[in-house]
Amino acid sequence: MSEKEGLSIIVKVVTRWIVGFVLLFGLYIVIFGHLTPGGGFPGGVVIAGTFVLLTLAFGKDTPLRKLNSTLASELDSTGAIIFLGIALLGLYFGSFFAENFLTKLPSSYFKLFSAGVIPWANLAIGLKVGASIFMVFIILSVTRVVGLPSGEKKMTRKPTGRRK
Amino acid sequence: MEFIVVLLVFMVIGALIAAETRDLLSAVIAVGAVGFIVSLAFLFLKAPDIAITQVVVEVLTLVVLVRATLRNDITTVEGMRGKIGLAFSLVVIVLITLAAYPFFKELTSFGAPLLSQGKSVSGFFLKEGLRRTGAANVTTSILLDFRMYDTIGEATILFASLLGALAILRRPSHKKRGAKDKEERIK
Repeated sequence: MSEKEGLSIIVKVVTRWIVGFVLLFGLYIVIFGHLTPGGGFPGGVVIAGTFVLLTLAFGKDTPLRKLNSTLASELDSTGAIIFLGIALLGLYFGSFFAENFLTKLPSSYFKLFSAGVIPWANLAIGLKVGASIFMVFIILSVTRVVGLPSGEKKMTRKPTGRRK
Repeated sequence: MEFIVVLLVFMVIGALIAAETRDLLSAVIAVGAVGFIVSLAFLFLKAPDIAITQVVVEVLTLVVLVRATLRNDITTVEGMRGKIGLAFSLVVIVLITLAAYPFFKELTSFGAPLLSQGKSVSGFFLKEGLRRTGAANVTTSILLDFRMYDTIGEATILFASLLGALAILRRPSHKKRGAKDKEERIK
């Protein structure tokens, strides 16, 4: 973490304090999406927002050290596959595509483990949205659409082909 | 009811500033103000799910736009729009409003459901949402149970947008790299 990259020391300290709480809030929105307002999409965007905050405050290397770009794309694909798998399991165990096939007892209403597959689908969407919006922001910042021109910036992955 | 009118007036003012100002940064900030007022309006209309989504996406978009606007090499639009064009726009707006006025009269009052509540599908979701899905949040029960197929489509859109961002934004860096290599070869 170089001193010159990123914003001033005040922003860095405040970011270091606040970023855990923002991540926790995003996880809360994802996990309790079937009970309170929220859900997979806004929670995933909040989770991606923590990494955007880190990118803005510390430069783009710090979040990339915490979450590798290949790992992010794998998490993205994993979330999509889990979501599709839940939908296909509805076809297998139930009677139609994307059916809520788990049992929904009235005694479980308003509890965390209720609503059948909805919390699991929320988790999958949160994973997918968080990873893919993080990826979009990293792509924008690597290709210098976002970010001030400060020194030399390198691509994270070497381009294959077209080069002699 | 009056509060929502105040919010709508502020939204119109912000949108006009965003469209008419010369400075790109001011325009971006005006767009952000409009977005936050939209989320306030959603909150006031008792839609906290959409308010959360709106405010979060607005913050993220605003950050991207501000950082993209802060660069130096952005072309700014100079000059004044002609008076004839402005008059033409005003005439067109008045004509469209007059033409749409009969349809405005047919609309239901603000906030009232468009279809009858007992038989419509929204009334069905409100009555049967908890019993059929077990989710206390009706919005989530619609998104992930009754309309899960649509949500899969949305996830696909996000995936495609990521692919599109990669495909479009990688090209200039390739070109720059190629140009640099050519220069080195010439040297």
